[in-house]
Amino acid sequence: MITKTVNGVQQALEGIESNMTLMLGGFGLSGIPENAIAQLVRLNVNGLTCISNNAGVDDFGLGLLLQKKQVKKMISSYVGENAEFERQMLSGELDVELIPQGTLAERCRAAQAGFPAIYTPAGYGTEVAQGKETREFDGKMYVLEHAFKADFAFIKAWKGDAAGNLIFKGTARNFNPNMCGAAKITVAEVEELVPVGTLDPNQIHIPGIFVQRIFQGEQYEKRIEQRTIRQKG
Amino acid sequence: MALDKNQIAQRIAREVKDGYYVNLGIGIPTLVANYVQENINVEFQSENGVLGMGPFPFEGEEDADVINAGKQTITTLPGASFFDSATSFSMIRGKHVDLTILGAMEVAQNGDIANWKIPGKMVKGMGGAMDLVASAENIIVAMMHTNRAGASKLLKKCSLPLTGVACVKKIVTNLAVLEVTEKGFKLLERAPGVSIEEIKAATEGSLEIDGDIDIPEMKF
Repeated sequence: MITKTVNGVQQALEGIESNMTLMLGGFGLSGIPENAIAQLVRLNVNGLTCISNNAGVDDFGLGLLLQKKQVKKMISSYVGENAEFERQMLSGELDVELIPQGTLAERCRAAQAGFPAIYTPAGYGTEVAQGKETREFDGKMYVLEHAFKADFAFIKAWKGDAAGNLIFKGTARNFNPNMCGAAKITVAEVEELVPVGTLDPNQIHIPGIFVQRIFQGEQYEKRIEQRTIRQKG
Repeated sequence: MALDKNQIAQRIAREVKDGYYVNLGIGIPTLVANYVQENINVEFQSENGVLGMGPFPFEGEEDADVINAGKQTITTLPGASFFDSATSFSMIRGKHVDLTILGAMEVAQNGDIANWKIPGKMVKGMGGAMDLVASAENIIVAMMHTNRAGASKLLKKCSLPLTGVACVKKIVTNLAVLEVTEKGFKLLERAPGVSIEEIKAATEGSLEIDGDIDIPEMKF
């Protein structure tokens, strides 16, 4: 068996430098690599390009990197929950590329799967398609979108083992599986690193081949963004 | 009387048919789930990766790992499934989702929709909306007929950056139900007590009214 286990978050982020391009899993605050983000803050690397569906909130998730102005460019689909982000974007301090959510997922998946680019109907006829190659298939127009090129992908899974196999939980899965193997180095952090052989091979969501480093996160806050409940009765 | 947001949702719920997989956008569309007939089988898809969404959880049962696209805590119903984002948008782009209901800032009479950006003022992003409108066969827009300043949101041509081109089929507003046709917005139903004149006044785009037929009031 090929072992992917590293000794904690410091070792997991070895090789990170300023001006790198990073993929970060998560949807809102659900399924974000909390420990890797905390370490990026500690390392104080800057000039980062971050590919992530959202930009966190002011004081959590990617918002922590934005607060310290470590991010040069964000590639996201929705950034509505972060006032500091909006301020930096409107003032021009932060370069922002907004792209359709399905296109974001598929540009990750294309990188993972060895496709240089994909055609999607999303964004055709809008400013998202400006300057991009378009093509007609069966009477419908599509936009050519290129696979992402990233240095690191930071992934959060529920359970994993030393072989790098991953299992996700609930909607914390989101972009995480699509980013595995889509960067030069994929770093997976898990809530529980279980002994090899305990995960049922039939139930693995991401095989270890897509993961280079795995560690158990020291702790998870798993903050809820919109706590919404109903009354009993 | 013009409808409130819940009544718009209630009217749209009548468009949800047995056996449909439905994607609901944020805002009024989310409310539609509350009014779907109880004797039909429908599954709600949320693009962050769940099919078979249930109601909000009871207090104390919230799970940070189970949310909808609005980042709200949710529950799942028997038969539900979770999946990654690429799979989620395969369902959407691959036309496996039967009905998409979303909000809009503007709709044009050719079916163009704008709902993601006000240049210089508000830039939240398109989220999954561009993928949804680019592929869905059946798109219903839920919105108020006019904006807060009283200006029409049903236009000849959108003034805001587009989300999708010639894609909206039906619009349900606080005043009317309209269908996008080659001639413009065809008035199908009016809100109870709302006159055709009021709807005309609130619609900047071309409004098509079938000559001699009285436009019926909405039923719920």
